[in-house]
Amino acid sequence: MTGLAGCLLVSSMLFAVGLAGALTRRNTILVLVGIELMLNAANLNFVAFWRFGPHAGAMTGMIFVLFSIGVAAAEAAVGLALILAVYRHTKTTDLSQLTGVRR
Amino acid sequence: MLDQVFVLLKQWLLGHSPAAIQPGVSILLTILPILLVFPVLFALTTVLERKGLGRIQNRYGPNRVGFYGILQPMADALKSLTKEDIVPTSADHTVHFLAPLVLLAVAFLPYAVLPIGRNMIAANLDSGVLFFFAIGAISELSVFMAGWSSRNKYSLLGAMRAVAQMISYEVPLLLSSIAVIMAAGSLSTVEIVEKQAGFSGIFPHWYVLTPWGFTGFILFMIAATAETNRSPFDLPEGESEIIAGYYIEYSGFKFALFFLGEYLGMFAISGLGITLFLGGWSAPLPFLTWIPSWIWFFAKLLGLIIGFIWVRGTLPRLRMDQLMNFAWKFMLPMALVVVVSAGAWRFLPQGVIRWLVSVVFIAVAYVLLARGVETRNKIAKRTYRFAE
Amino acid sequence: MREMTVPFLILAAVTLVGASAAMLFRGLVHCALALAVAFAGIGSLYLSLGAQFLGLAQLLVYVGAIAVLIVFVILLTRGGDSDSPPLSAARWPITGLMVAMAIFAILAWAVLHSFAIHTAGTLAPQATIRQMGTALMESYVLPLEVIGLMLTAALIGAVIVAMKENPR
Repeated sequence: MTGLAGCLLVSSMLFAVGLAGALTRRNTILVLVGIELMLNAANLNFVAFWRFGPHAGAMTGMIFVLFSIGVAAAEAAVGLALILAVYRHTKTTDLSQLTGVRR
Repeated sequence: MLDQVFVLLKQWLLGHSPAAIQPGVSILLTILPILLVFPVLFALTTVLERKGLGRIQNRYGPNRVGFYGILQPMADALKSLTKEDIVPTSADHTVHFLAPLVLLAVAFLPYAVLPIGRNMIAANLDSGVLFFFAIGAISELSVFMAGWSSRNKYSLLGAMRAVAQMISYEVPLLLSSIAVIMAAGSLSTVEIVEKQAGFSGIFPHWYVLTPWGFTGFILFMIAATAETNRSPFDLPEGESEIIAGYYIEYSGFKFALFFLGEYLGMFAISGLGITLFLGGWSAPLPFLTWIPSWIWFFAKLLGLIIGFIWVRGTLPRLRMDQLMNFAWKFMLPMALVVVVSAGAWRFLPQGVIRWLVSVVFIAVAYVLLARGVETRNKIAKRTYRFAE
Repeated sequence: MREMTVPFLILAAVTLVGASAAMLFRGLVHCALALAVAFAGIGSLYLSLGAQFLGLAQLLVYVGAIAVLIVFVILLTRGGDSDSPPLSAARWPITGLMVAMAIFAILAWAVLHSFAIHTAGTLAPQATIRQMGTALMESYVLPLEVIGLMLTAALIGAVIVAMKENPR
């Protein structure tokens, strides 16, 4: 198993863990945590291909991951602000109780 | 020759060790001096601080233990080692135990990128300054761990204040370093020092001797005082405010470890300030270059430490809202203006013009911002009322 | 197996244990701290792959800012006081786990049956800061400006959304 395959397997496992958490946990903040783990897994994929891939000279992989980190930071900030606003309204962060739209 | 004595010593020791363990010996010889020198400096600084603060407050400092109190750190170490280690039963034991360890690990790492002398750096990273700031950002998490794991409301409050303060002051710190990075053209600390090692006439090329560098240095030092929770920014750990903040529930050796971590952080960030603004290990005047480079570094470090102690003894503590206002409404715009001024300096031709342009940028911004901060608070002139 | 060196395995193990802990722990603050460990592990993986700037940027942004932000929000929404109720959002949490395991199985199959197995070890690409700066300022200047705009918008938006409403 080469380095590239090892990195890709680690990133797939990380993605699966993040997905499992985002689908099963009940607290909204932990869903966001799962989403951040999935983003990180994708970034790891990019870096692995940048390191071991054929076009080793181009900076595209690294630049993409840099922008991805920036976008993830912005998304985490806005998502957490939304969670705060929802908490202030409904006094809970429990997803099973935030069913206001469903009715 | 005296300049390179440590480098030559290391190479001699490496030459005399068998080839199989040479990488390990090399790493050990690089790390051990850092692990030995800076804690000893910490011990000396505790005595210096207590004597210095005592003299500022018109009293003697500790003078019982050794010759003028110089063996006081030994007494402190013995005390903290033999004190009982009390952990509250409702505290989170794992996190409570890990917090000082994480803080200590994170406090020692930044020394790897500080050039202490010519050719004397532990790790010549391509992005040394970024490494320093990344590790500094991790230390916020350990402060939070310490405060939260104690399950004590005051401790948590102190930790949240400390983290908010550290995050707010990280931005002016980074921005004033960006001005230096822009001027030097590199993130590597070795290159930044080498760019400042020349002389033009009698004046060194240190960045602190340029208008943007001077302002940047002042901003950097203020932000450094806030980052390491030193007075006047020590509200999170103020003894009269919140009973020692986030390390209330720590006793004995763990408390000493927190103390060590805090002082090591102070030395590291002073070291970075010296590297970025004061020319690292380079001498201030061309006829003083015979003094070894590492002596210059430690002399500048000592000067900055004395500055920290002096400020602690002189200025009153800032309130939390004053602190945050100062960071976001004064220091952040000022740091941005410093970056612009550094850009103007870099691209204008040498001479009076670029001095004038830089100084005008900074002076106008300072006056406007200071007026802005001042009028918001409506501080009245102090009136005195005497007993009659 | 020559490139699956011991440091890589250790870092990968630390990252995966941290990520699993972040999703399994009951106390929210413990989850956030385990997440910080996972982020630090991923940053170290980037450093070991030779992406120096990226690894340090990951540590600075994710561990230094996003983990701290998550911790702040957990404390502001009273997650740190009591244990969170049992895990499941759905009626049967097993479906979520099955979906995740299925996706992992598909991805692993795709990796193991693709060219990735046979890629020989290439030399580490040159990634100096100077090249990265040149790339950012020349080829990728438009995304750079757009991301600056987006970060400003996100900053202002987050502050406005999370601000206390004025009492009427």
